[in-house]
Amino acid sequence: MTEQIQTPPAPEAGRVAGRDGDPLLQVTDLVRHFPVTRGVVFRRKVGAVQAVDGINLSVTRGQTLGLVGESGCGKTTTGRLLVRLDEPTSGQIVIDGHDVTHLRQGQMRPLRREIQMIFQDPYSSLNPRQTVGGIVGAPFRLQNVKVPGGVRRNVQELLELVGLNPEHYNRYPHEFSGGQRQRIGIARTLALRPKLIVADEPVSALDVSIQAQVINLLEDLQDELGLTYVVIAHDLSVVRHISDQVAVMYLGKIVELADREKLYAKPRHPYTVALLSAVPVPEPLSSPTGQRERRQRIRLEGDVPSPLLPPPACRFHTRCWKAQEICRTIEPPLTELIPGHQVACHFPENTPQVSASSPESAPQPA
Amino acid sequence: MAPLLEVEDLRIHFRTDDGLVRAVDGISFGLERGRTLGIVGESGSGKSVTSMGIMGLHQGTKAEITGHIRLDGEDLVTATPNRVRELRGSKMAMIFQDPLSSMHPYYTVGDQIIEAYRVHNKVSKQVARKHAVDLLGRVGIPTPQTRVDDYPHQFSGGMRQRAMIAMALSCDPELLIADEPTTALDVTVQAQILDLISTLQSEFGSAVIIITHDLGVVAELSDDILVMYAGRVAEYGSAADIFGRPDHPYTWGLLSSMPRMDRAKTARLVPIPGTPPSLIRVPSGCPFHPRCRYTEVVGGRRCETEVPPLREAVTPGHAAACHLTTEQRTRQWADLSAATIPDNDKAPEAEEQAGEPEAREPV
Repeated sequence: MTEQIQTPPAPEAGRVAGRDGDPLLQVTDLVRHFPVTRGVVFRRKVGAVQAVDGINLSVTRGQTLGLVGESGCGKTTTGRLLVRLDEPTSGQIVIDGHDVTHLRQGQMRPLRREIQMIFQDPYSSLNPRQTVGGIVGAPFRLQNVKVPGGVRRNVQELLELVGLNPEHYNRYPHEFSGGQRQRIGIARTLALRPKLIVADEPVSALDVSIQAQVINLLEDLQDELGLTYVVIAHDLSVVRHISDQVAVMYLGKIVELADREKLYAKPRHPYTVALLSAVPVPEPLSSPTGQRERRQRIRLEGDVPSPLLPPPACRFHTRCWKAQEICRTIEPPLTELIPGHQVACHFPENTPQVSASSPESAPQPA
Repeated sequence: MAPLLEVEDLRIHFRTDDGLVRAVDGISFGLERGRTLGIVGESGSGKSVTSMGIMGLHQGTKAEITGHIRLDGEDLVTATPNRVRELRGSKMAMIFQDPLSSMHPYYTVGDQIIEAYRVHNKVSKQVARKHAVDLLGRVGIPTPQTRVDDYPHQFSGGMRQRAMIAMALSCDPELLIADEPTTALDVTVQAQILDLISTLQSEFGSAVIIITHDLGVVAELSDDILVMYAGRVAEYGSAADIFGRPDHPYTWGLLSSMPRMDRAKTARLVPIPGTPPSLIRVPSGCPFHPRCRYTEVVGGRRCETEVPPLREAVTPGHAAACHLTTEQRTRQWADLSAATIPDNDKAPEAEEQAGEPEAREPV
């Protein structure tokens, strides 16, 4: 295990023969609280934003985990913790057998070859004063990797891999469109042949037609290079398209975690049900009279509560139409209802005794 | 009855140092009271420029506007700036994408609604305030009596958008333009806002133009849809036509490049190759030809040299600007949907499209 890290990975070497099936990434009880302080000289801690509050995840080699939730649910913080751009308050992150939870920057550096990140905004994540060659070649420079054939040739190969013209080596980011910039970012991410890529909203800044190009590229690269992805996105249809497993987050906690098919076909947590039913469907409904109809949906009222003072017990109870006394007093643990489907809810939907409770039959929240 | 809004051969060009930007290049459409028109297209297709043109927001800029925009018979292109200002806010109103940057951070939400109302109505502050509280209540803001004195930053994103809508509705406009009203919002809040817009529309009876890149949002709200590409209309028709029997390869591209929640997962998305063109150097002939997969079906160099006119094919009111013949379109779209819709989902789809020619086996 350790030798893998010390030998600089030759970019041509391809994927280290991985044991398919065992987890590449294992996260246990991960917590990140941002302290809120008062006072200038004597800083007192007056509270904490519970951005991530005890999550457990594991991602199998070569698979994709999708992380969805509304803004403020902690999905981006989770992503930043995974690549160790942020220090966890507690918990454990194990990547490929290495505990990276509290490694210092210097200790982390050799591991950075294995874990890379794709950022949301292709405009702010590329240095405008560097050429494409400089940007994509930076990982080799920073990691002191000597590559056979030279950096330039490797960078050009990478550009070709992501569908860019290798002759654009000397151009600057502003000469490219949004989709092309995202490809440059992906080329940089791939430079050191990482095993795990955390992609934070990789396509949300792009137009629909370009989105599809980048999604297809990510899928092709996964097949070709055996990559493992954690994809963070708010777009449920994108997540459904690329993920093998999906975790739904709400206020710093995972409320549901399941295989894609299971989650989208039979969501069990009321929040997931509401989230899925809120997605607009590009298929107009019209009644026989020609009048337009609106789909029956579960409408969640109000907004996500503040993570500074999250509701006690089940965090969703303030917006849940099924909430009862127990939801306000006892926190539902994330349990495996059926194999491969974990839910944190006292009254899960779509359970065998309730026959396929669809959004239509669910009562509207008051 | 004449439509409330008539846009005829509208062109909005900007003269820049790099050349003439043809942001909007000859578009025409009409909109009746109580109807909703969805305008879709990628960034840079001219949808926002069109809506700003209707609102008269290009005044004082370098924009060169020709053509006609008739609101209730009155031409806004030739109207004086003062007249347009009178109409703006009272007869037509707009909801912007980002409510945080389109509200003044220095004034309370109430003050901003009161101001908009008093500009167009001679009423006392008290009356206007009562009206503001009333409106905030109608758009679903809890305890409007107290929230009216809050500043925009004290509102959440969804509530700010509600306040924006309240402001736009303060003078009971006949035309409401919503430019990407839910793009900055989460799905659950988006659903709330879309609901609100459609409820208020039936209540106020206004005509609504909704501009978005999200085909789901458009399908949810619109009666008619205008697909824009490079400042021109690629396709125009009822929502059922555009989604059920789209006629333009660009619309096909948009539909097939989206991951769909309502269908079984497809193995692969079919993206539109390339990127949208620069509006300074719009491609010759059909502006979509460099990205179109069907130029060879048309044959020759027709797509490169000849601008396809927007013409109705089968259904009246459903027009596309494409050289493909009706038979070719039906055939190509059937092939494409057969490839993108997995087998288990195809059956009900085929029933809907009666008279579909023999669909070839997907590759």
